Amino acid sequence: MKHAVVVGLALAVGPGGEVAAQANLNGAGATFPNPIYQKWFDSYAKKTGVKINYQSIGSGGGIRQFTQGTVDFGATDGPMTDEQIAAVKGNVAHLPTVLGAVVLTYNLPALGATKLKLDGTAIADIFLGKITKWNDQRIAALNPGVKLPATDLLVVHRSDGSGTTYVFVDYLAKVSPEWRTKVGVSTAVKWPTGLGGKGNEGVTQQIKQLEGTIGYVELVYAEANKLRYASVKNAAGKLVDPTLASVTAAASSAKLPKTTDFRVSITNAPGENSYPIASFTWLLVKVDNPDAGKAKQIRDFLVWMVDAEAQKIADDLGYAPLPADVASLVKDRLKVLKAAGKAV
Amino acid sequence: MPGEVPLRGRNLGDLAFKTLLTIAAIAIPALLAFLVWELYLGSKLAIERYGLGFISGTNWDPVAEEFGALPLIFGTLTSAAIALVIAVPLSLGVAIYLTEFAPKWIRQPIAFVIELLAAIPSVVYGLWGIFVLIPLLRTAVFPFLRDTLGFLPLFQGPIYGNSMLAAGIILAIMVMPYIMSVSREVLLAVPTSQREAALGLGATRWEAAWTAVVPYARSGILGAIILGLGRALGETMAVTMLIGNRHEIAASLFAPGYTMAAVIANEFTEAATDIHFSALTYVAFTLFFVTVLVNAAARLLIWRVSRGRPSGGQGV
Repeated sequence: MKHAVVVGLALAVGPGGEVAAQANLNGAGATFPNPIYQKWFDSYAKKTGVKINYQSIGSGGGIRQFTQGTVDFGATDGPMTDEQIAAVKGNVAHLPTVLGAVVLTYNLPALGATKLKLDGTAIADIFLGKITKWNDQRIAALNPGVKLPATDLLVVHRSDGSGTTYVFVDYLAKVSPEWRTKVGVSTAVKWPTGLGGKGNEGVTQQIKQLEGTIGYVELVYAEANKLRYASVKNAAGKLVDPTLASVTAAASSAKLPKTTDFRVSITNAPGENSYPIASFTWLLVKVDNPDAGKAKQIRDFLVWMVDAEAQKIADDLGYAPLPADVASLVKDRLKVLKAAGKAV
Repeated sequence: MPGEVPLRGRNLGDLAFKTLLTIAAIAIPALLAFLVWELYLGSKLAIERYGLGFISGTNWDPVAEEFGALPLIFGTLTSAAIALVIAVPLSLGVAIYLTEFAPKWIRQPIAFVIELLAAIPSVVYGLWGIFVLIPLLRTAVFPFLRDTLGFLPLFQGPIYGNSMLAAGIILAIMVMPYIMSVSREVLLAVPTSQREAALGLGATRWEAAWTAVVPYARSGILGAIILGLGRALGETMAVTMLIGNRHEIAASLFAPGYTMAAVIANEFTEAATDIHFSALTYVAFTLFFVTVLVNAAARLLIWRVSRGRPSGGQGV
């Protein structure tokens, strides 16, 4: 009798597991958070049996596929525009998952172990092509006591459309009116100067090989490859190194209101400890999902994701976790999710 | 004879086979027509907004939504031309050497190794270009060119490494195996009597190869070059990793450039606005037509070269 029960249980679990394996959620979008998403989905599948398939096809593709309804959720490094939201009749919620930051990396052997210091105006002037020598007064003034060489300064930027570019130029547009009017903000822009490298690795290669270059890459990538990067003066006038703590601080100091839809830029954030070139990365989910089963699976995953356990995994992988206040705002926000008009 | 089946027009097996082959033959053009139609649909928005001005425009600004493809067309054609200038003499020389001059035992191994180059994925070429070719070009080859040929505008200006010339060189390496192996096959097919006749008339080995063998095979060799050209026009990954990706038409080969295939690969995934997406599809549409035009021109060249005569002999 006892045996029969065990066998019965095993049978019940067996097919149940298979059903869960088939009940996939499909998502697509941003490439920057792909490593942490894969890790999360893997851990979550082991824990709950719910399999989530994610394809890192880029933020633009994520928004497009979400709009067309070919995926259950999208992911993006830049929030959807008002027109894009109108295209899905407003049925979308932006939910921040982790934070990303962009660092300025450079190749200037003359500097030795000294760290380059920059502020928003200097960075904008460099990428506008207005600073062309390393010993330019605008750089020298920020680096007192450092002997800067009189060599050419060469800009390297991303050639592929990228969320990293979006965050970086969003910052430049905030600190430089000239950048805002002349170049603007997008995942790909018309660069006033410099060479284009494909991906973080393409930019890094050109900077490593060519003296006098400066460019921008993702913080996670810079850390993994031990790149040298600059301290940046933030909105409070303090020089800050890009670290997970200073990036999380930027999100915290942005002081989001209780009713936020999270479509906010946190570049050039206030606060003494905030690193200024940081951003959320978002998941896009339907506010009202006609498929009740999927609505529940997505909601359950999101609840797990903002919790301490999952956010700790992000930290381990080198992603800046959400600060506690933002995580609790996300939890509140999850309450608005509906399944076919009813609460999930 | 008993059991003999008279040959008739209608044999079920033949009919089925013929139908199958007809479907297969029609499927390819149909697929092509479908592709062109899809490209047209995708680029409709951009075609309506920019018209033919797209092809002559030089501005590429996704923020202001202004798109022009001239620097891209220029980059595609220039990098392919550089590739052919380097690859054609080299691969033709190797093919002639392997069929006419090399000792028998060495021919097969060398041909095999060169053909192996064609099997390397292009991203590997790109990485090799980044880590080996570019540093070599920047520190040795480009400065040498600038010092010796610097009076030409082609070899002036600052040296970054990533440049039109670097892309052309990597393309040359990539198309070489195609041109070499097809040319070699064509040269092998030249009848021995051609060589014997030339040698019998007192020609040296070189004269026999150059006046009797190569002209006989020239339309096949041109075909091989077209195959290489097609590959060079469409190559994406290795090019974008080395070309510098700048929307600019520069006289210097040391300057960065951009190609049509590269911009599509770079910007497609993150093209968030409809018009940006459509402009990229328009670039693909343009690339398609440029490839068709270049190929048609090359076919015309072959036709004119080989018109009226199945083969050469003119040089003798």
